[in-house]
Parts: sequence; structure tokens; C-alpha cells
Amino acid sequence: MTMASEVIETQETIIPALERHEESGRKLAIICSKGNLDMAYPGLILGNAALGEGVEVHMFFTFWGFEMITKGRMEHLKFVPMGNPATHIPQALMPMPGMTAMATKMMKKSIADLDVPEVPEFLDLITASGGHLWACQMSADMNHVTIDDLYDGVEGIINAGAFIELTEGAQVIFI
Amino acid sequence: MPTTTISGREVSVDDEGFMTEYDQWDETRAAALAAAIEIEMTDEHWRVIHFLRDDFKVQGETPTIRRITNTGGFDTKQMFVLFPKKPAKKMAYIAGLPKPHGCV
Repeated sequence: MTMASEVIETQETIIPALERHEESGRKLAIICSKGNLDMAYPGLILGNAALGEGVEVHMFFTFWGFEMITKGRMEHLKFVPMGNPATHIPQALMPMPGMTAMATKMMKKSIADLDVPEVPEFLDLITASGGHLWACQMSADMNHVTIDDLYDGVEGIINAGAFIELTEGAQVIFI
Repeated sequence: MPTTTISGREVSVDDEGFMTEYDQWDETRAAALAAAIEIEMTDEHWRVIHFLRDDFKVQGETPTIRRITNTGGFDTKQMFVLFPKKPAKKMAYIAGLPKPHGCV
């Protein structure tokens, strides 16, 4: 009897590993190369989740991924169901006018219903959480885009080598 | 379910040490939890913790950082200052609530 209560009294306090000094030095590089609405979210969600776990996050926007950070476009990403069997919409219906608009509207609603922000607000959340956003030099040159055309939280337009250098030791996610 | 002793009273916790009984929480216990993860509570910390408690009572789930900033009116950057590195988990821990399960 006494032994059981002693066990409880002497049980060590369980403390989750949340201490400030519990720094893993973990770093994550997320390369966003797509401009579709459905392909914008994986990077945003993973980046934000990593920041919430104390991971240093660098996001690199390249090629079509520029759509996610270009002012005037980032709010209007589209979900194109054409050629995507996972939508379960008969492929014969795909060429119908308005299909992309309808699918985009539906997807935006599903995302909003989960209380997940749209792309610009998501980027606000990521930068406020300490995430770093970088734009690809070559993509900027191809699109004749300058830093002024990009979301204000983008820290710079850098070349691939600079991004690789900056993410030394990082785990990489390519989307 | 394990129990642990926090500031002299036995409380129920999950495997990671998060409290599991809403009503076993009080400020004394919260201060002890905060100290355990090296956070010194200020008025600003308390305002956030009380928002979490109140919101959980109504919503039945721990608010995410986005909800804390959008609904509670707190600043995201400031949350990372008050509860460094892992704000959502640290707040939930001190507030005696489960970890938030939303992705965003």
C-alpha cells in the first residue's frame, strides 16, 4: 500500500520537450515551382507547420511558383481539374467552359471552410512566424519581374547557387 | 493515463505531460508549468493563456495560432516572442489544454 503511493509521489514530473534551449538546428528548404491553387497549399502548410515547431524555414519560389508571390496574381490562383483523375469529374466534361472557374470556386470554399487562409494571408502568417521567402533570379528575368512586383515579404531575388548556399544542411521539399 | 504532481497537487496528464482535465488547472499550476518549460509569465502571457482557456471552453478545441491572432486579436510575431520556437504547443501546455490539432 505505502509502496504504491510512494511510487506516485516520487514519479518524475513529465515535461514535454518544449524548452527554449531545446534547439535542434533543424532547417527546411521548400521549393515552390507550381502556380496552381492546389499545388500552392502543400508548401504553405508544411512551411507554416515547420515554423510552429521551431524549424528554420526558407521558401524558394521558382518558375510557375512565381504566381504565388506576384502581386495581382497571388490572389487568383486556379485549380485546373483537366487531366486530374483524382477529381472524379468525368474527363469528357473537362473542356466545357467554366470548368476551371467552378472547380476553383469549390476548392476555395473547401479550404475556407477549414479556416485555412488564402495565399496572400498565408504568406503573411508565414513571414510573421519568421519564415524566409526568396524569389528565383532566373524566373524573375524570364518574366521581367522586379522585387517591386512581388509580395512585400519576399526578402530578395536570388540565384539558385545563393539559395543552395543559404540552405546548407537543410532538408529539402520540392513541390 | 499518467498523473504528475504540479505545485503540490496531483493532476492528470497525457504521455507528453499536457494536462487532460480542464478543471484541474489554475494560475498557480500554470505558473509551475511555464517555469518547467523556462517561460517567465508576464501580464501579456496571461492574457494569451486566458484567451486560450476561454476559447477552448466555447469551441471545445485548442485554438491554433491563426485563431489566436484573428479572433483573439494578438500579434503572430509577438506570440513567437512570448512563447519562443513552439508557440502553439507551449501556450497549450501552460493553459492546461491539449495540443492544437489543426494543421494551420
